[in-house]
Amino acid sequence: MSLPLHFPLVLAAALFALGAYAVVARRNGVLVLMGVELMLNAVNLNLVSFWAYLRDSLLAGQVFALFVVAVAAAEVGVGLAIVILLFRTRETASFEEADLFRW
Amino acid sequence: MDFYRIAWLIPILPLIGSFLVLFIGKRTPGRGAPIAILGVAASLLLSLGVFFEMIGGRGVYEREWHWLSIGPAELGIGVRVDGLASVMFVVVTVVSLAVHVYSMGYMHGDKRYTWYFAALSLFTGSMLNLVVAPNLIQLLVGWELVGICSYLLIGHWWEEKANSDAAIKAFITTKSGDVGFVLGVALLFGATHTFNMREIQELAVAGEIPRALVTAGAVLLFFGAIGKSAQFPLHVWLPDAMAGPTPVSALIHAATMVTAGVYMVARLFELFASSGAALKEVALVGAVTMLIAALLAMVQDDIKKVLAYSTISQLAYMMAGVGLGGPAAGVFHLYTQGFTKSLLFLGAGSLIHAVHSNNLSEMGGLRRVMPVTYATFLVGTLGMAGIPPLASFWSKDEIIGAAARAGGGVGQVVFVAAVVTAFLTAFYMGRALFLAFEGEYRGHGHPEESPPVMTGPLVVLAVLAAVAGLVGAPFVGAFSRWLEGAGAEAHPVEPGVLALSVGVAVLGLLAAWRVYGRGAPARDPTLSLGFLTRVLVNKYYLDDLYLKGIVRPVQYPVARAVYWTNQRILDGAVNGAAILARVFSRFLYDTVDQLGVDGAVNGAGRLVGGLGRALRALQWGRVQRYAAAALAGAAVLALLALLKV
Amino acid sequence: MNPGEVFFFLFGAAVLVSAFFVVTATNVVRAALWLVGALLGVAALYLLLGAGFLGWVQVLVYVGAIVVLILFGLMVTRAPIGRQRLETGEWWLGAGVSLVLLLLLSFIAARAFPGARISLEGSALTGTGLGIFNPRYVLPFELVSLLLLAALVGAILLARREQ
Repeated sequence: MSLPLHFPLVLAAALFALGAYAVVARRNGVLVLMGVELMLNAVNLNLVSFWAYLRDSLLAGQVFALFVVAVAAAEVGVGLAIVILLFRTRETASFEEADLFRW
Repeated sequence: MDFYRIAWLIPILPLIGSFLVLFIGKRTPGRGAPIAILGVAASLLLSLGVFFEMIGGRGVYEREWHWLSIGPAELGIGVRVDGLASVMFVVVTVVSLAVHVYSMGYMHGDKRYTWYFAALSLFTGSMLNLVVAPNLIQLLVGWELVGICSYLLIGHWWEEKANSDAAIKAFITTKSGDVGFVLGVALLFGATHTFNMREIQELAVAGEIPRALVTAGAVLLFFGAIGKSAQFPLHVWLPDAMAGPTPVSALIHAATMVTAGVYMVARLFELFASSGAALKEVALVGAVTMLIAALLAMVQDDIKKVLAYSTISQLAYMMAGVGLGGPAAGVFHLYTQGFTKSLLFLGAGSLIHAVHSNNLSEMGGLRRVMPVTYATFLVGTLGMAGIPPLASFWSKDEIIGAAARAGGGVGQVVFVAAVVTAFLTAFYMGRALFLAFEGEYRGHGHPEESPPVMTGPLVVLAVLAAVAGLVGAPFVGAFSRWLEGAGAEAHPVEPGVLALSVGVAVLGLLAAWRVYGRGAPARDPTLSLGFLTRVLVNKYYLDDLYLKGIVRPVQYPVARAVYWTNQRILDGAVNGAAILARVFSRFLYDTVDQLGVDGAVNGAGRLVGGLGRALRALQWGRVQRYAAAALAGAAVLALLALLKV
Repeated sequence: MNPGEVFFFLFGAAVLVSAFFVVTATNVVRAALWLVGALLGVAALYLLLGAGFLGWVQVLVYVGAIVVLILFGLMVTRAPIGRQRLETGEWWLGAGVSLVLLLLLSFIAARAFPGARISLEGSALTGTGLGIFNPRYVLPFELVSLLLLAALVGAILLARREQ
């Protein structure tokens, strides 16, 4: 029982592209964060696939994926806090309207 | 006790002090100042230990611990202790300790008092790290840390735009020299595959590196020194750097910043020496700078700017000394100037503290009110002028002597420049002294002598500025033994050079006294008094001061030149020289310095500003567009990867 | 086509369909629920590839915690739930960029490892992945815990109402 390596890789590429679309095109900040989650999952899928291919004894691919999960959790926490703050100060959750940082 | 083995503590202690002050300083008694002082004082004790061990005849100690590997190259972090380093330790820590103590009085009540002391200690530690460094990377780390500390401290009162502008100017001007420095480090590493300065120099001396590469590397490194040590044409930052608190100026000028360039050239002397051209360049840059800066110093009203230009001029002396006479000559001047210049700056700070103005035109007559400041400032002035047996006399004489011995085209140029500069130095220092302390008080309020915490360091430094030079006097000759090994012979006293150097110094002081001093009755006082009276009458036309200072000496003394020739031919010649010099320096300051050099610097600033405005259009302020741009960048990378697969 | 490939296509299709609805759904709560589907599909793929422990972590942390967090975020911001304009004015930019990325990445992935195959023997649920707890990863894990703590503090600080 085996699987061509590029199957999961192509799947990950598609997942990454979908996430990227959400990050650029979605208005609602929470939806943008969901896009980020999809992109991170695509990366994790790549890491795990390569680990499954190489089967190194240190499980480096899995460990790295685990770190990414932890970082993702931190990122969602802070990201949502920012969205909430944005909503509270500007009455909107849309990143499109948060453009105070323009010159 | 083996002080060489614990020399690594010397830079560490002020750094620890700095961090302690930063983190817990505010909650400790004295708001952090005692911690900083303790760190520097401990460092000073260790430095003295190292120093006396070095005098005892101990050789070079070098130790490097492995830090990281870059490809085949090992990069270490460590210490190198030799005569040069031990002398620098003492200069840096003594001056720094004096500045720390003095600052407790000067900065009393400042709202960023604690932060100030943290930065001061960091400054000291960085400079000591630069001194102790055995390899170029560690040197570079210290070099850049010193740069950032100077930025922080010059801009200490950043609420005023002029101060923060000055800090930025200092930082960027020195940085533009550092570009050359980094390139030089890279070039030498490429040629030798090591960062260790001893190994690089051994290779250079052995001829393992092509001569052209040695010259290119040395010249590039010297660019860094030009920026750091404020040599022409990158000297423009130093006068502006006076915007910082005065004790900071003392530290920058005497110990921790501008001396770094001279130290670097002395440390890498063999590299410079194995390319004769680079050494000549050093000497020539020194000759040009010393003259230009000394002339500029003569037309300044701000007492700190007088001292600033004199620092540039004296640093140029050091450069010329290293270039012609070897590291001992240059570093000896650095050592004596370290004490003399910090003394003068702290004295100026005491004056400013008393009269609340930097302008000589608002001082005057302070001799009676501030006797301690006057006495110490007098020692500094006479030392700067080169009156024996004060410290700076010996080192200045050493450099002039070296130029006379060197001969050749470069030697002659430097010799003439050095002698003329010696005269000018005596003149402008005398001018500052007389304007500040003689005559009538022209400022506001009632100045008082500074508190003991400020005058104490002055007295200590004055003693050092008076006697510290004896170790390098020709009949002792210890200094060159320390720096160049036991084999170095003391240069014999050359009566001609000695007489010349003392002669021009005395003449310069006399000329200054003639124009500015309200002197002893035996000396034809009315002429000078008449001139001084006019300045005093016009004391509210402060803007006119430069005008008065130049026009009057041109009008009256020229008319009187005939009279003087009858009485004293010498006096007339001296004054004539002073007048010419003032006219010329006025032109130099207005046209060459302010329009030419400053113009180039400002032009560079405008260029950056224009680029910034153009790039500003890319600042959309939309996070999602940024994300799209980043992803597009990723796509480009993917495309590159695809083309390679 | 062996059973491994069958399972892969099954889970992969589930992931892609769910993810597609995540990024196109007009109702934000529904998008969040589709996200659950996509993440569960990825977890199933982890199990298939033999990373059992990671698969369960994915279920616990992502589905259990992160999605719930996102749902809370939706409620707290009182984001209008229902039909509304959900795309930015520059959705075409995102579409273009992600399409280009999709093509390039897929092409590279397909061509870079010709003939390479992942062995799925003995994987399924037997590999618990407890080898992750290798002593050499202790320090990184501690650092991650520090990161999470910092994020926690940061999030609280950001979202806290001014007194």
